[in-house]
Amino acid sequence: MRLRGNPEPLLIRGGRVIDPAQGIDAEMDVLLFDGVVRQLGHGLEADGARVFEARGMWVVPGLIDMHVHLREPGEEWKEDIASGTRAAAAGGFTTVVAMANTKPPVDDASMVRSILARAAEKAVVRVLPVGAVTRGLEGKELAEMGDMAEAGAVAFSDDGHPIADAEVMRCALQYARAFGKPIIDHCQEPSLTRDAVMHLGYWSTVLGLRGMPAEAEEIMVARDIMLARLTGGRVHIAHASTRGTVELLRSARAEGLPVTAEVTPVHLCLTDQLVHDTAYDTNTKVNPPLRTAEDVQALRRALAEGVVDAIATDHAPHHRDDKEVEYNYAAFGISGLETAVPLLVTELVHAGVIPPATLVERLTVGPARILGLEAGSLRVGGPADVTVIDPGLEKTVDPDRFYSKGRNTPLAGRKLRGWPVLTVVAGHVVMREGEVVA
Amino acid sequence: MKLKSRHILALEEMPREDMELILDTAQSMKEIIYRPIKKVPTLRGKTVVTLFYEPSTRTRTSFELAAKYMSADTVSIATATSSVQKGETLKDTARTLQVMGSDCVIMRHPVSGSCHFLARVLDVPVINGGDGMHEHPTQGLLDMFTMREKKGRLEGLRVAIIGDIYHSRVARSNIWGLKKMGASVVVSGPPTLLPPEIERMGVEATTRVEEAVRDADVVMVLRLQLERQQRGLFPSAREYSRLWGITRERLDLAKPDALLMHPGPMNRGIEISSEVADSPQSTIEEQVTNGVAVRMAILYLLLGGGEEK
Repeated sequence: MRLRGNPEPLLIRGGRVIDPAQGIDAEMDVLLFDGVVRQLGHGLEADGARVFEARGMWVVPGLIDMHVHLREPGEEWKEDIASGTRAAAAGGFTTVVAMANTKPPVDDASMVRSILARAAEKAVVRVLPVGAVTRGLEGKELAEMGDMAEAGAVAFSDDGHPIADAEVMRCALQYARAFGKPIIDHCQEPSLTRDAVMHLGYWSTVLGLRGMPAEAEEIMVARDIMLARLTGGRVHIAHASTRGTVELLRSARAEGLPVTAEVTPVHLCLTDQLVHDTAYDTNTKVNPPLRTAEDVQALRRALAEGVVDAIATDHAPHHRDDKEVEYNYAAFGISGLETAVPLLVTELVHAGVIPPATLVERLTVGPARILGLEAGSLRVGGPADVTVIDPGLEKTVDPDRFYSKGRNTPLAGRKLRGWPVLTVVAGHVVMREGEVVA
Repeated sequence: MKLKSRHILALEEMPREDMELILDTAQSMKEIIYRPIKKVPTLRGKTVVTLFYEPSTRTRTSFELAAKYMSADTVSIATATSSVQKGETLKDTARTLQVMGSDCVIMRHPVSGSCHFLARVLDVPVINGGDGMHEHPTQGLLDMFTMREKKGRLEGLRVAIIGDIYHSRVARSNIWGLKKMGASVVVSGPPTLLPPEIERMGVEATTRVEEAVRDADVVMVLRLQLERQQRGLFPSAREYSRLWGITRERLDLAKPDALLMHPGPMNRGIEISSEVADSPQSTIEEQVTNGVAVRMAILYLLLGGGEEK
């Protein structure tokens, strides 16, 4: 990160501190000093500390987004590390995990180091790189995972490209065991989704668009679970989107297999009917596609029960030239960092689906555990990464005010309640009242 | 009377009153087509552009004749010879046509939803001349016009649509239109060519063609797109013809006075036998004439011809 020097002491006063890692959900003050959490307690005083009054707000560990696309290097007109991490700060995230499908891809140690060096220069939140599973993301030969792990890769993934060859996936899982890192798989049987642009079902029939069956995802999730059983390697299912995937995860968990999963805010809140109701708005085009109401219900239940470990945005910024075209020709992806928190608070917490502590868990200690990160808790002595959310603050989503270069969201114009108002990274305030200040 | 719709994009979203107004107006337009001098001044000074990203004979010609019979100027853009070949986007092509002063754009495009996209980026009315696998609303209207003219009503008719429902924009437009007008619809074809949950559109679906045709008032046969065979959706045209082709025997299961329709162009001997295609029950040629009348009605109603009269 380009945050330098010692941060000023900061006292966040009177908020509702929600730290699932420590089992805390109570009104408390939080004192940050020298880049670490100095003290949690009541009636804290600190001479010379700036004070942030957080009464009525949620004070939570800095949020972790374990699945973003920062597009640098190679597609800087869509996003870069500076703009993407500013978007993260605006959205309340203090750590982002950057996928490897840049151009060129992050498939060797020098690329991992290059991402970290660029981040050190330009990022305003923590950036953790993912390394590719296979060279060139081609799904054929394993990339040098050991070198990349030593250089700082926190996981391996060919995200964007499913690992179609089962033998390659088997070897990857086996090999990655040496480094204790998970393989994050974008599960989709490619032969079942060729030329498809949305979920296969009633709405694809009405709209005359080629559909991806839910089973295309589930077949590969099932395969990966079996390969985890065979190899003992850790599989993490990226953006789970179907009811069938949830059932597969549930039985894998019951069996004690090393399988984890994430879900995105949009798959928890939107359905394939939106493609129809927006008359083919290309901002609804995302992979995996928006699914049915039954899938949304199953994902929400899985999230509540912990069958799904983490919420990740799959932030996929695109230039408007990639979206202002016919539906079939538009790029897949939604710019998600700046709408995730208010969407989730509005649709899940205010709607009574999950309590705030569960939401916070899935955005902090959930991903931290999968990736073996120190972040994700406000324990004393730990990094001073903090997010403050005002659950009562109502704003309308305005993509023109995004920090991300990607304005591609199907949520434009939606009124949402529960926005982040303060983001602190290593003790530095990087966002305050929606404005990025780093 | 005025249309509620500003564009003609899909019968799914068109109110029933608009469909009725178009069908009623088409009735008086049809009379113009049979005049020795087929020219009325209604749309003089208006320019209509046809922008076709897919090959077409009858739809494009039908729109152009409809415009010419009402004295509009027509320009047709064939994408093979235009800037599209130089990589121009649909948005830029369409806006260029608009700033040159066209009053209406009629588009055919291989991608579903493209006409909705066009309507969002243009200020002038857009008419969908067929978008991908989605809809072909003017075909749906001319089919309904033909049925109504021959049967005197649409309410209560039983219409069987046979063939490649999955890829058919004609089927989708007919289903929405006919349902709104009170007809009942049954679709039939090979299982791989029936899209999922089609029943939720309010139709019956069966893979047994005899079941679909039995007691139908109208048998509508769709064109089999032979390139689908390459994708493995059915094994051969020969087997298709044997199992789903409309022959004399199968047509005889329908009501004795049933109409036989086809949007054209036909694959004779595959989805339809020449014996029935050329029989008195066939309305295939009349559908073409009615297509001109319906498109005249649409252009007249959309381009405000009514106000100048």
